[in-house]
Amino acid sequence: MAIKGFKNHPYIPNSDVETQNEMLREIGLNSLEELHDEVPESLKLKENMKLPKAFRSEYELKKHVERILKKNKSCSDYLNFLGAGCAQHYVPAICDEVNSRGEFLTAYGGEPYNDHGRFQSLFEYESMVAELVDMDVVNVPTMDGPQASATSIRMASRITGKKEVLIPEILDKEKFLIIKNYCSPDISLVEVKYDQETGYMDLEDLKGKISDNTAAVYFENPTFVGVIEPNGDKISQIAHQAGAISVVGVDPSSLGLLTPPPQYGADIVCGDLQPLGIHMNYGGGQAGFMATRDEEKYVMEFPSRLFGLAPTSVEGEYGFGDVAYDRTSFGHHREHGKEYVGTQSALWGITAGVYLATMGPVGMRELGEGILQRSQYAIEKMNEIKGVKGSYFNSVSFKEFVVDFNESGKTVEEVNKELLNRGIFGGKDLSNDFQNLGQCALYCVTEIHTKEDIDRLVNEIKEIVEGC
Amino acid sequence: MKRIDRSHKVRNFHQAKWDEPIIYELSKKGERGILVPEVCDEIKERVGDCVSKLPEGMNRKEPVNLPEMSQSRVLRHYVRLSQETLGADVNIEIGQGTCTVKYSPKVNEQLSRMTEIADLHPLQDESTVQGILEIIHSTDEYMREISGMSRFTFQPGGGSQGILTMASIIRKYHEEKGQDHIKDEIITTVYSHPSDAAAPAVKGYKIIHIHPDENGYPDFEAFKAAVNERTAGFIVANPEDTGVYNPKVKEFTSLVHEYDGLCGYDQANANGLLGVTRAKEAGFDMCFFNLHKTFSTPHGCGGPASGATGVVEKLVKYLPGPLVEKCEDKYTLSYDLLDEEYSIGKVRLFLGVAPVILKAYSWIRSLGAEGLYEVAKIAVLNNNYLFNKLMKLDCVDAPYIRGKQRIEQVRYTLEKLTEETGITTGDIQRRMMDFGMHYWTSHHPYHIPEPITLEPTETPSKEDLDEYIATLEHIFKECYENPEIVKTAPHSSVCHQVDESGLDDPSEWALSWRTYLRKTSDQ
Repeated sequence: MAIKGFKNHPYIPNSDVETQNEMLREIGLNSLEELHDEVPESLKLKENMKLPKAFRSEYELKKHVERILKKNKSCSDYLNFLGAGCAQHYVPAICDEVNSRGEFLTAYGGEPYNDHGRFQSLFEYESMVAELVDMDVVNVPTMDGPQASATSIRMASRITGKKEVLIPEILDKEKFLIIKNYCSPDISLVEVKYDQETGYMDLEDLKGKISDNTAAVYFENPTFVGVIEPNGDKISQIAHQAGAISVVGVDPSSLGLLTPPPQYGADIVCGDLQPLGIHMNYGGGQAGFMATRDEEKYVMEFPSRLFGLAPTSVEGEYGFGDVAYDRTSFGHHREHGKEYVGTQSALWGITAGVYLATMGPVGMRELGEGILQRSQYAIEKMNEIKGVKGSYFNSVSFKEFVVDFNESGKTVEEVNKELLNRGIFGGKDLSNDFQNLGQCALYCVTEIHTKEDIDRLVNEIKEIVEGC
Repeated sequence: MKRIDRSHKVRNFHQAKWDEPIIYELSKKGERGILVPEVCDEIKERVGDCVSKLPEGMNRKEPVNLPEMSQSRVLRHYVRLSQETLGADVNIEIGQGTCTVKYSPKVNEQLSRMTEIADLHPLQDESTVQGILEIIHSTDEYMREISGMSRFTFQPGGGSQGILTMASIIRKYHEEKGQDHIKDEIITTVYSHPSDAAAPAVKGYKIIHIHPDENGYPDFEAFKAAVNERTAGFIVANPEDTGVYNPKVKEFTSLVHEYDGLCGYDQANANGLLGVTRAKEAGFDMCFFNLHKTFSTPHGCGGPASGATGVVEKLVKYLPGPLVEKCEDKYTLSYDLLDEEYSIGKVRLFLGVAPVILKAYSWIRSLGAEGLYEVAKIAVLNNNYLFNKLMKLDCVDAPYIRGKQRIEQVRYTLEKLTEETGITTGDIQRRMMDFGMHYWTSHHPYHIPEPITLEPTETPSKEDLDEYIATLEHIFKECYENPEIVKTAPHSSVCHQVDESGLDDPSEWALSWRTYLRKTSDQ
């Protein structure tokens, strides 16, 4: 069967036959089939691909996709307490408005002249995140937070020339697997224990494991389970004394409230931008950032693009450009550039910039305090349930906290199943990834949760656990 | 009234220029852009301010130095910046060769922003995400049909991460066979994307580059000399960035297989080959598609994106997990894959960028098999029409395979123009902005002197192509008659020529507003 095309398609202006014939004449051919002369016949498909027939109108497509998507129950339908790397924050309408502007949405690799606005927005994003983390230099966003962590580790390894990295044992398993794959085969990861009571990094274990071979100590604040690590300065000091670099992963939504890592010794700060005005998008809203001081030895190890401000030939004009472009794999050195760069998640960077400018210093402080208060309230209320401990760890946590069901007589799976029946997404079950915790779940509370939401959750769990 | 003459082909354009300050210069103390949901009194009474409970030293002392702005000011600033950005929705986007910038239908965008996808948490119970899992699973099936591969993962967040995924699979494959200490080389070609070299290098491989032969095809004799026991894999684009398709590709992949190497196909720009030929028939074990290119999801200034990566059956076990499985009418996630000793683990959080997958799904469903074939044919027709027209210009040339067809793009050279006028491809690039046109030179290093790389796709009409050509012709004429106007371009852009002298100088570069203020504080 000869393959025939689809004529007069709205996305393909030249699917009009008369136009095609005119263009074919211009290049000396008689039919579209004569194109692809360079592809050997043996490699050509002889039949149409087996794909569903095209919708005949935009309307039909829309109805079809809407029908499928309606099968989902979103976090607008259900009350959600899931976090673990992706959190439900309020997305100001202005973030969506800017994010959906066609100029930004459909721009790509333009020059500073035709994409001046893209360069400026991303420079401003870099500037605002730099202030948030109290650093000088921030990259155009990478794929996600774990990618940023992995790249920070690779940067530290290149700077120190060492190949071993200490990371916390209590780390998101998905993140661990991403870092592990990105660091293999040459960088080995050594896990540092945490204090069973507080969740803090075990300083004795850290001291025992650090050595002359250590390139970096990577830790998170708040940790994966929400614990606010108070010993950042001690950890950084231990790292520095061994000639290693202190790398800290952060949740940017905490930094209106919490001390930024450089103030307790961090050399590289990294994290995920998703909490800053980006919808969860079923995990599609992640974007990673790295930040360092403005020192050549750090800047030259970024694989990502770095947009900088520069003068133009006209006094009073701002111009922009790629700083130290040749350090990237886009430069002249290909595989001898730093790691690799390509399309990553720049639009989320612009969106995060809009969010930070909209929130301002007061908004970010209020956000942090409000989350701290709400999560503390949720912990206290959970403590009122028989057999449930609102927090497994005896320490202060931010946004996320480990709820302990070990004494409840129920597994997390059972509790979550019941909660689901009642229209609630309970916390992430930790019993597989952290077996020593037993039946524990990671709950996430943000500024979107009202007292009524939290009370409803607690009452439902109370009913499930206490059976009343 | 006299009829207004609008017959000229070259557009009278001036980009929006707002002389927009850096956002920090717009800050006014006391303004704010949004009110944050307040904590209710009952919670406050119960737990207090909580700040006093923070560990010592963890309470941030100074407020974050962010701009203080009312909401309308924030909006105006960003809308102005958007107007100072020439996206594909605004210009005839032919000028970004190797990146397949085509029309991204608005309906797909609208659908991808529905609450039923935007407000989904990636760890929700499977029973509550059946819709998005169906979309992902169906897109996997379509990708299989389009490529001939057996299974796709959508985890990679872009093409380069797709390449990294392929390189990771190559490493795992050889590790499993206990031959990773022997297999330490990846072969690619100089006209494949830089990430085809750079991403495998992250995985510890030595990179071997194949140059073109005298005709412009990847040099098979050099390739034969390069393949040996050390060859772990071959990662290549075909067509390469020159638009030249390697007709001997099957011989290349067969040779690599003789040495138990794996072949990965960089199909970032598969637009010209949809429904015409596939990765499987050419002997590849893996391939990736950039959904934000060939499958028409917008580029977003450089992501979010998806580098959907497919593999043949024997490599499925190495894929990052989880994958979406279909069990009768129910969709589930196979997290088990992560526990397998074979899997490379994960390359990106969760399942990838779901809205991008949805947009690709919608695009495929708008075209069907016949439409995809039409896309490929028109993309190649448009490209060869443009090629034919430009080659008639005295100052334009395109090395290699003379008299033959290119696929969806061509790398041209303006060497003659530079020799005769001193004007470079970089000068032309800036001048094209003055007419509302985007123009890209090439990846570095330039293997072709004074390059331009153009890729029209199926999106532009014949009239659009003619306008782009007319604009180039107009500028080439200027090069001979009024070279200063080209050398000093742009004139109608947001800004004039950037003084790049400080961009590589650590004492000068300004990577954030605070470093700019610091480095210019004595002035």
